[in-house]
Amino acid sequence: MVHGPPAVELVDLRKSFGDVVVLDGLTLRVPTGGVHALLGQNGAGKTTTVRILATLTRPDSGTARVAGYDVVRERRRVRRTISLAGQHAALDDGQTGVENLTMLARLTGLRAPAARARAAALLDRFDLADAARRQVITYSGGMRRRLDLAASLVGAPSVIFLDEPTTGLDPRSRQALWEVIGELAGAGVTVLLTTQYLEEADRLADQIMVLHGGALVAEGTAADLKRRFGAQRLELTWRDAAGLAEATRRLGDRVTHREPARLSLSVATEGSAPQVRALLDEVDPDRHGVVRFTVREATLDDVFFTLTGRPASPEREVAGV
Amino acid sequence: MSELTLRPTHAAVMIGRCVRLSRRNVDALLTSLLLPVILMLLFVYLFGGAIETGSAYVTYVVPGVLLLCAGFGAAGTAVSVTTDLTNGMIERLRTMDVGATSILTGHVVASVARNAVSTVLVLGVAVAIGFRPAVAPLRWLAAAGVLLLFLLAVSWLSAAFGLLARTPEAANGYTFLVMFLPYPSSAFVPVETMPSWLRGFAEHQPVTPVIESLRGLLLDTPVGTAPTQAVAWCVGLLALAVLLSGVLFRRRVA
Repeated sequence: MVHGPPAVELVDLRKSFGDVVVLDGLTLRVPTGGVHALLGQNGAGKTTTVRILATLTRPDSGTARVAGYDVVRERRRVRRTISLAGQHAALDDGQTGVENLTMLARLTGLRAPAARARAAALLDRFDLADAARRQVITYSGGMRRRLDLAASLVGAPSVIFLDEPTTGLDPRSRQALWEVIGELAGAGVTVLLTTQYLEEADRLADQIMVLHGGALVAEGTAADLKRRFGAQRLELTWRDAAGLAEATRRLGDRVTHREPARLSLSVATEGSAPQVRALLDEVDPDRHGVVRFTVREATLDDVFFTLTGRPASPEREVAGV
Repeated sequence: MSELTLRPTHAAVMIGRCVRLSRRNVDALLTSLLLPVILMLLFVYLFGGAIETGSAYVTYVVPGVLLLCAGFGAAGTAVSVTTDLTNGMIERLRTMDVGATSILTGHVVASVARNAVSTVLVLGVAVAIGFRPAVAPLRWLAAAGVLLLFLLAVSWLSAAFGLLARTPEAANGYTFLVMFLPYPSSAFVPVETMPSWLRGFAEHQPVTPVIESLRGLLLDTPVGTAPTQAVAWCVGLLALAVLLSGVLFRRRVA
C-alpha cells in the first residue's frame, strides 16, 4: 500500500481566472491514507485546488495526479477513484434520502437491488435510517451534510475530497460530522479536506498543508507546525516605538509576531527561566525598554499568523481578537 | 468527448430521477396541467364569441391551446436545468462521469412525459365542451407525432436556455418567450386578420405550420405542405438545440 503512488501529487500547478491568480505554482504531495487538511483563508486557492483534483476545472499549467492518474488526460480513471462533497450538499430536495443514494449508486454501475442495498447500508452507517424515506427538503443542515457524505461514498472511492465540510454548521452538528470524517479515514480511505478553521484541521488532520496566495507555505502535523514556528513564544511589550524598532532590528528573522500598534513583538522560546532571562538580556541590555513580558502557548493560529501575517479565521479579524 | 456521449444506464437513471422530481413538484405540476385548461376555457367562452373563424371557435382553437401548453410545460425544463447547475448537482454528476447528454436527456424526457399528460387532459376537457375531431386514427397518430416532435424541440431548446441562465429565476423568464410565441401565429385568430407586418412574421414562424398540421390532421381537412414544414422546423430546431447545449455545457462547466 505504502509503495503505490501518492493519493495526490501536484507539481507547479497554476490557475488564473482573468487577471486573478488563484494558484501560483502549487506543489504538494498527499500520501495514501489518513486525513489531510488544506488550511487557508478565503481566496487562498483551496477550493480551486480541490476542483482541479475532482476534474471539474482544468489547470492552466502544471500537473495534478490522483492515485497516479493525470486529472486532465486520465480524467475518467480519476473519476472512478475519487468523490467530492462540496460546500453545499448537492442532493435532490424532492427525493428521499434513500432515493438520492440509490440513484447515485446506480450511476456508479450497480444494478437496482445492489444499489438499494448500498443505499440502505450507508443510511444506517450515517445514522439516517429513520429519515431514509423522508424527502431531503425536510432534513436539518447537519442531516443534509451527513447524507452528502454518504452520497460521496456510494462509489467506494479511494480518495475523498471534502470542500469546507462543516462551514455553516452549528457546533453540535460540526462535532458529529468530525466523528464521521474520522471514521472514513479509519476505513482506509484518503481524505483531503479544505478548511479555514484551525480547530478543525488540528482535530482531524494527520497532516496540515497551509495554503496562502495560491502556494504552499508550510506543511506538517499540527504538532510539527507548532514546534517549528514556536511551541511557545515570548511576547514583549515595549515602552516606545524606538525601542520596538531597535529590538526588531536586533532580532531580525527570529521575530515571529509583530503588533506595532500594541508596541509588542514575539520570539520563539522553550519557556525555561534561563532562556527567557537570556533573551531579555539580549534584546534589552539596558533593562528599561521592555515594560512587560508574557509566555504564550503557541496555537495553530500563531503558526498561521507567522506564515501569512494575518489572523487565520475571518471571525477573529472582525472581533479584533 | 466523454462529456457528450450518451450511456443508456445513465440516461435511464436520469429520466427516472426527473420524472420523480416532476411528480413531486406539485405546485409546478398543477400549474402546468391546469393553466392550459383555464386558458382554453378563457379563449372559448370569453373571446370565442367575438372571433369569426368560419367554424365553431372551440374547434379552431384547440390545436393552438395544445401548443400553448406544450410551450409552457416544456419551458419549465430551463428552470430545472439551471437549478441543477446552481445547486451543485451537475458537478456531483460530472465527478461521477455522468455525461451532459445523459443529464439533459433526463430533463427532456421528463418534460415530454409531463406534457403528454397535460395534452391528454386538455383534449379531454376540449371534447367535453364541444370539440369534435374527425375519426381518423392514422391522422391522429400523425398529429401526435408532430406534437411530440415539437415538444422534443422546445424541451431541448429550453434545456439549452437553462445552461445559459445564471439563476433559476432568469431561466423562468424564458418561459414567457416560449409562451408568447403561439400568439402571433394562426393559433387563436386567422393570420389574415393581422396587420401585414405581423402577418409576415406569423406566417413564417415555426408555430404556424405545427398548428396548421394539427388542425388539418385532427379535423381531417387538407394540410398541404404544413406537416413537411412543421417537421423541418422541429428537426432543425432540435438539431440546433442539441448542438448548442453541447457547446454551452462545455463552456459553462470549464
